[in-house]
Amino acid sequence: MKSKQNSRILLYIVGVLTSILFISPFYILIVNAFKTKRELFGSTLTLPKEWMLDNFKVALNKLSFLWIGKNFSMEGFFGSALFNSMFITITSTILIIIFSSMAAWILVRTKSKVSNIVFYMFIAAMLVPFQAVMLPLVAFMGRLGLQNRLGIIFMYLGFGSSFSIFLYHGFIKSIPVSLEEAARIDGCGPWKVFWKIIFPTLKPIHVTVAILNTIWIWNDFLLPQLMINKKGTQTIPLKMYLFFGGYSKQWHLAMAGLLIAVIPIIIFYFFAQKHIIEGVTAGSEK
Amino acid sequence: MNYNKKTFCLFAGPIIVAFLMVLVIPLLIGVYYSFTEWNGRMDQVPDFIGLSNYIAIIKDEGFRNAFIFTAKFTVVSVIVINAIGFSLALLVTKKLKISNFMRTIFFMPNLIGGLILGFIWQFIFMGVFQTIGEITGWTFFQGWLADANTGFWGLVIIMVWQMSGYLMVIYIAALQNIPKSLLEAAEIDGANGWAKTRHIIFPMVAPAFTISMFLTLANSFKLFDQNLSLTNGGPGGSTEMLALNIYKTAYTFTNYGAAQAKAVVFFLLVASITMVQVYVNKKKEVEM
Repeated sequence: MKSKQNSRILLYIVGVLTSILFISPFYILIVNAFKTKRELFGSTLTLPKEWMLDNFKVALNKLSFLWIGKNFSMEGFFGSALFNSMFITITSTILIIIFSSMAAWILVRTKSKVSNIVFYMFIAAMLVPFQAVMLPLVAFMGRLGLQNRLGIIFMYLGFGSSFSIFLYHGFIKSIPVSLEEAARIDGCGPWKVFWKIIFPTLKPIHVTVAILNTIWIWNDFLLPQLMINKKGTQTIPLKMYLFFGGYSKQWHLAMAGLLIAVIPIIIFYFFAQKHIIEGVTAGSEK
Repeated sequence: MNYNKKTFCLFAGPIIVAFLMVLVIPLLIGVYYSFTEWNGRMDQVPDFIGLSNYIAIIKDEGFRNAFIFTAKFTVVSVIVINAIGFSLALLVTKKLKISNFMRTIFFMPNLIGGLILGFIWQFIFMGVFQTIGEITGWTFFQGWLADANTGFWGLVIIMVWQMSGYLMVIYIAALQNIPKSLLEAAEIDGANGWAKTRHIIFPMVAPAFTISMFLTLANSFKLFDQNLSLTNGGPGGSTEMLALNIYKTAYTFTNYGAAQAKAVVFFLLVASITMVQVYVNKKKEVEM
């Protein structure tokens, strides 16, 4: 019994040390975001002597984080990095949920050669790395005039389709057909059957699809870099990249900028934590 | 129960259109352009030059180095991330009072995008490591991103920090699916900790292992954002990975035909490596 207790103490020590190791980058980010340029280089590990809020004022401005232009205005907000990131992420995710679940349902319920081929095409596409289509995509979308915020939402729909359809497909297979048959006998068409019966029963998988796509689209850098590199349409990672290039020698500003960029997703995490963990688990079970 | 063509198109049509336009058409165009002297635009038909771009790849030292670096990085990070991810899962399933807290902490880095993550760690390797070096007097901590070797380990460290929490979640689910009775039966039979791990826990988590390896393999091989923001391939291209090499061939050296040929090779590499891995792992699952 004694050795069992000792091993528990050991586990606690290992646990605490590992936690400290994992959390330390956040600590470093926070304390250094509040330091003056001078203090930062003298001591990177200690708490700031004086908490500098000015760093954030400058960083917010340079990142166009909450507004674009000189002062805050509603119009300026619609060109801000936060708005662009939120608009693109939310709209894309909603469209992915609607169209992937529709497609997955009809693919499960239609037993034909075409439906099989279409399904395997979506699955096979998961093996295509973005770089393989990157250059022609830029040229093609440029030609169609889709290098803008709406265009990028359309592109996320295309890129998000494979994995999302795959997730819905697996879930829908387990829904008994009898559920739909009863409704059809009562005279419901496929449109009504899907929206009234199927779509609501897919709720757990909607959450998974929403979370996995939100994290991916929110953090995506390369596609926005190639598609929406115009002032007033840029997302947070893109703004961060430009900001960093210009201020890489001014670490106090850079750290404040990075901290601002990290905050929204951390808030999201603390609100949706349970669902995020469940979503990741469900998304990885094949 | 079958639906007619019209219904099929109504439901599957929109996403098929997006899929074709974003993935299938660019992929086909891309394969064609890899055989041409392409200038990155679509307003004129580029000259067809056959296999020249592909032959150039074989002679391209930068691409070869990027491939070797990427392969090494992938092997190391797959092993390290999975080992740590699995250990974290074992740790947090031990029912300690701080288990939930630890889960939250270990998973958190996953939410931060690769680009931002790379910038944060750039500061740690340059500023914080420098400070630690000065305090302790150990030269070990100095100039991490200025050297190919430590730059390599820098990339491994940030991938471990980012991904091991994700794998932990997958492994936790697998560990919780192991029936308690099985472990109790083994204990009655006198199995010690290691015997239980080897004969029960490992075989039971084999499917999770397949997925985790797939994820780490694919992510490591395709790594771009972290590579760009942490070292930008430096010093002197020594930490440049394949995705970054392709990106720079196109946008820094404006050599689009060559970059597209590299991208096709990259696609074939990623697809075949991940397929082989899943096949091998699946086979092992059955044997156990």
